[in-house]
Amino acid sequence: MTFELFIFYLFSAVTLFSAVAVVTVRNPIYSALFLILAFFSSAATWVLLEAEFLGVVLVLVYVGAVMVLFLFVIMMLDIQIDTIREGFIRYLPVGILVAVAVAAEMILVVNSEVFNVDIPAPTPLSVNNTEALGEVLYTEYVFPFQIAAVILVVAIISAIVLTLRRRKGVKKQDPSKQVRTRREDRIRMVKMKAEKRQ
Amino acid sequence: MLLFSLIPMQFQTPNILLATPEMFLLAGTCFVLLTDLFVKDSQRFITYLLTQIVLLVTAGLVLFGTTEMNLILAESYQATGQSGATAFSDMFVLDPMAQILKISILLVTVGVFVYSREYLRARDMYKGEFFTLGLFAVLGMMIMVSAKTMLLIYLGLELLSLAMYAMVAFKRDDGRASEAAMKYFVLGAIASGMLLYGMSIIYGVSGSLHLDHIANYMSTHPVMENIGLLLGLAFIIVGLGFKLGVVPFHMWVPDVYDGSPTAVTLFLGTAPKIAAFAMVIRLLVEGMGDMVQGWQQILSLLAALSLLAGNIIAIAQTNIKRMLAYSTISHMGFVLMGILAGSHEGYAASMFYIITYAIIAMGVFAVVLLLSREGYEADQLNDLKGLSSRHPWYAFMMMLFLFSMAGVPPTVGFYAKLSVITAVVDANIIWLAVFGVVMSVIGAYYYLRAIKLMYFDKPEGSTSSVLALVKWDFRVLLSLNGLSVLALGILPGTLMTVCLKAIQSSL
Repeated sequence: MTFELFIFYLFSAVTLFSAVAVVTVRNPIYSALFLILAFFSSAATWVLLEAEFLGVVLVLVYVGAVMVLFLFVIMMLDIQIDTIREGFIRYLPVGILVAVAVAAEMILVVNSEVFNVDIPAPTPLSVNNTEALGEVLYTEYVFPFQIAAVILVVAIISAIVLTLRRRKGVKKQDPSKQVRTRREDRIRMVKMKAEKRQ
Repeated sequence: MLLFSLIPMQFQTPNILLATPEMFLLAGTCFVLLTDLFVKDSQRFITYLLTQIVLLVTAGLVLFGTTEMNLILAESYQATGQSGATAFSDMFVLDPMAQILKISILLVTVGVFVYSREYLRARDMYKGEFFTLGLFAVLGMMIMVSAKTMLLIYLGLELLSLAMYAMVAFKRDDGRASEAAMKYFVLGAIASGMLLYGMSIIYGVSGSLHLDHIANYMSTHPVMENIGLLLGLAFIIVGLGFKLGVVPFHMWVPDVYDGSPTAVTLFLGTAPKIAAFAMVIRLLVEGMGDMVQGWQQILSLLAALSLLAGNIIAIAQTNIKRMLAYSTISHMGFVLMGILAGSHEGYAASMFYIITYAIIAMGVFAVVLLLSREGYEADQLNDLKGLSSRHPWYAFMMMLFLFSMAGVPPTVGFYAKLSVITAVVDANIIWLAVFGVVMSVIGAYYYLRAIKLMYFDKPEGSTSSVLALVKWDFRVLLSLNGLSVLALGILPGTLMTVCLKAIQSSL
């Protein structure tokens, strides 16, 4: 076993273990952390495939941004694990049945001759793959690239439309309103008759 | 197998002007988005008007083309002898089929926005983002229609779907709408995953994402013994089935139709269907035409099941939107019938069917919108009771739409069904043709029941006697819509010829 192969098996094992852990651990925080581990070790696999740009992007975007956001959301929401787990045992037999059937079918097909091809030899590139990706992204693939950008715009607009709203009864501070307050807003002059001596 | 070197040595500037309508639509959408920020709530009409202008100008650009576009098309015609040209490294294609489908999508969307304006205003949904998201969805549909690679098909589909999810959830405080949006989103994501997985397998086997390269690979290899390609095909059909809403991937359709605000249902049930048709034609016919034996069998089963489940479950519905959802499922079965016939006549019949279906569905939902008003959704069949005594003209329009859906001559639905069934008979799949006829007879029951409610039943109390305040544009468009169903039914020849010519010169 070469060192490279050893590294590959190590990272693959970590990926598989952490992916299983994501869906089995009880605490959602641990679950998210295991997902980070899964992302990180698959990024390492990518680097082994000499696709270092994709590996770096996976760490930067998913681990750095998406998962941090996930953790924020999980910590801010009061998630009742028990209600989420409800019905887990009840649906388990069907779930296992479907999973086993799909896995068996996939294994049968993937083991067929069609997929039994030699691993293609890597094409040596004169430039590093970040540069190579950059060149095709803005030439050959400029149209899909632009559409992907439009999809991100739609995501932003949708997120804002669905979350931005004026809610009533929110105790939010408005400094300019606080500064502009007048005496009449705060105190009320009440005229009362003096109470009679008893 | 790499079909082109990773880094092009000499990169030729793509004929980007061929995509002028798309670029105009994108620029116009951004303009509408920004203008809306400076518009007060009382002046929302400006946003609405700009949206309509952008859509109409885009339709004009698709129809007439700019000088440069026509020049590129003419050069391509001289070079290849085919009408239609490609741009962006052959990823984008503008052929007659794409043109007709794009114009239909744009015009249907114009109608959808005219119909939904008053409904949105009455429900505090009259916001600029509704129109912006709608425009983005239209852009996604146009990209799907013109896509020549699986990459663009997928991106266009996602652009459409993301905008639609947000529109379904637009009334975010409404529990039913949120539920519908969640269901739509989760099932749509699964469908996208299936589609992507199928695409990746096809890519793995054939070595390219481009539909022409895939077709080349398939014509030179034995495809029906290749289990990898068959697996990819199966996954792609599952994904397409979800998006079209055919049995057994139809579970989301009634819930989403019922839960979304009616204006969104109106949009959801019309224009995206045309884009879904284009996606099926591009992927199955253009890309995997040599696997016709494979997909013909699967589609026959899906079509038969859709006709059966759609028509029979619709009988049990008391809610108009749910009934129309099941009716959509059965209509999609008819559309699949035309495609699986595997002939140019069949594809043209399906194209005719889907375009006219979009027109009819638009009218039916418009009448449902007409009957509902502030704080009240007229989504029960009983709300139709006695419509003819209150509003004879609208009742007549609704009758035309329902007759057309049932396939009663002289409305267009009859001719659409006839041409699809003829194509299936010509393809020698007699059992399916007979089954289709029997099922549409069963389906006629629930359409006729709605007509009976309108014409022979007394209105129930005063609750359903008030008509929503709709402007003249709504009334004029609804009348035109109804009369077009009749006119297309009496003179279907022009549209049918256009569809057939487009299919013949595009495929």
